[in-house]
Amino acid sequence: MAISVKQVEQVAYLARLELTEQEKQIFTQQLTAILEYADKLNELDTEQVEPLHHILPIYNVMREDVVQPGPPREETLSNAPLVEDGQFKVPRII
Amino acid sequence: MDREYEIVVGLEVHVELKTATKIFCSCSTAFGAEPNTQVCPVCSGFPGALPVLNRQAVEYAIRTGLALNCEIAEVCKFDRKNYFYPDLPNAYQISQYDQPICKNGYLDINVDGKHSRIGIIRAHLEEDAGKLVHQGSITTTTYSLVNLNRCGVPLLEIVSQPDMRSGAEARAYLEKLRSICLFAGVSDCKMEEGSLRCDANVSVRPKGSSKLGTRVEIKNLNSFRSLERAIEYEARRQIEALEDGEELVQETRTWDEEKQVTRSMRSKEEAHDYRYFPDPDLPPLRIDREWVERVRASMPEMPDQAQQRLINTYGLSDYDANWLTSTPQTLEFFDETVKHYPDAKAVSNWMMGDFSRLLNQNNMEIADSKVTPQYLAEMLRLIEKGTISGKMAKTIFEEMFFTGKSPEEIIKEKGMQQISDQETLQKIIDEVVAGNPKVVEDYKNGKEKAFGFLVGQVMKATRGQANPALVNEILKERLMRE
Ligand SMILES: [Zn+2]
Repeated sequence: MAISVKQVEQVAYLARLELTEQEKQIFTQQLTAILEYADKLNELDTEQVEPLHHILPIYNVMREDVVQPGPPREETLSNAPLVEDGQFKVPRII
Repeated sequence: MDREYEIVVGLEVHVELKTATKIFCSCSTAFGAEPNTQVCPVCSGFPGALPVLNRQAVEYAIRTGLALNCEIAEVCKFDRKNYFYPDLPNAYQISQYDQPICKNGYLDINVDGKHSRIGIIRAHLEEDAGKLVHQGSITTTTYSLVNLNRCGVPLLEIVSQPDMRSGAEARAYLEKLRSICLFAGVSDCKMEEGSLRCDANVSVRPKGSSKLGTRVEIKNLNSFRSLERAIEYEARRQIEALEDGEELVQETRTWDEEKQVTRSMRSKEEAHDYRYFPDPDLPPLRIDREWVERVRASMPEMPDQAQQRLINTYGLSDYDANWLTSTPQTLEFFDETVKHYPDAKAVSNWMMGDFSRLLNQNNMEIADSKVTPQYLAEMLRLIEKGTISGKMAKTIFEEMFFTGKSPEEIIKEKGMQQISDQETLQKIIDEVVAGNPKVVEDYKNGKEKAFGFLVGQVMKATRGQANPALVNEILKERLMRE
């Protein structure tokens, strides 16, 4: 399955990545190669096979509904570049 | 013009489940805490932190699904919905894409005697985002502040079929959904605190057509009333546009409460591409049928059953029964009062009248008021015995509502005893008749109004405490002898 430059641009936009023209060319080739490799799976008959969502045979990992205190607020905010009134300060959106 | 078109409405409702902790971490979900004090590495998106599913959130989802007549999935999984926004520290929201925990349900509504069954496509579990507060006005804001306390609070998103045909039906659906969630005990459903949120998809089409028209999504619906009004406004706007030969665009609009209009937010051209994929950190769920049956067995009486009971047991109207089953507290108050005073219609009238008016005026819930079912019953008995008049009862009820005092105590304090003593009333009436010969004359000449005036004089003389029925009786008799 070939992938177009336009699709690479779209994926880059969704991931908020800025790509040079050269990078777009490289990633178009590389992604096409990856998808073609994965296409090999289509040679198999998977009609009777359920899609696999997780590779481990584990189900129902749950915890009880009991509150545990989290870290102090200073710790939560310690990696934030900007803080105001105990909150993360971010550029205006809209 | 409206008659040629049909309104088509579907609702997406987010219900906040009332677990003690968040859906994937052990942070508290308590409302109103200081910003960012109920946050941990999982819900603030620290790299490497791993989510673990809250069993109670799953149980609440099953409970809601059963209450909405849904099928509960045997297997379901969680997926990541990817997008960037400052209130979403992971840059993805954990949700359920193609395997919702509940699907194919319904609920029944009744609008002015018209019964309709509204289909429910699905209900799925997901996590809430944080809260973003813009500083200053929306046009001059330079930055925003992010509070992650709400991030990771469990939500159940309930998606209806486009089965509603008016704003009133949509409102009835949301009210019914709320009462079902309240009775099932899965959510507080407080619109003002955001634990019940609603978006509406609205389109119009020529009557008789089965094709859906261009759909508009309305956001920012903060009350039952704004939901109803926004839908009516939006349908009118769409019909007018079509009549003018305009083409409608699929878009998201917001409800402007102040101006009572919908305004365009963004069109769907930059269609979202959320790139859902299964969350590798969360193993799938296999929901044991035994678990489902255990939940089913623990379900309390639901609003529909309760309504039927009130209609069958007490002969109440659909409308009364519907009102009394709007919240479990309302029903409990009614049931409890009727135990002490079996005239259900009188109880229901007082609850829907003065009680509900006082609650609305003071923006209170039944639990906030001080009046007890026992005292309401006692007051109704005093009216029946003629100890107090209906008018006095209004004053007494209001006093009970705010102070929690008993009717007896209030009557004593205010000296409100109704005068039902024949002799006393006879004496006062004699005086009134003697003092108003002209009015008595008028009455005898057929002037009906004159009678009312004389009653008024008696009430005045007794500071409103005379038993009105008795006054009428004695006065009539007295005037015949005149
Ligand atoms: Zn947390």
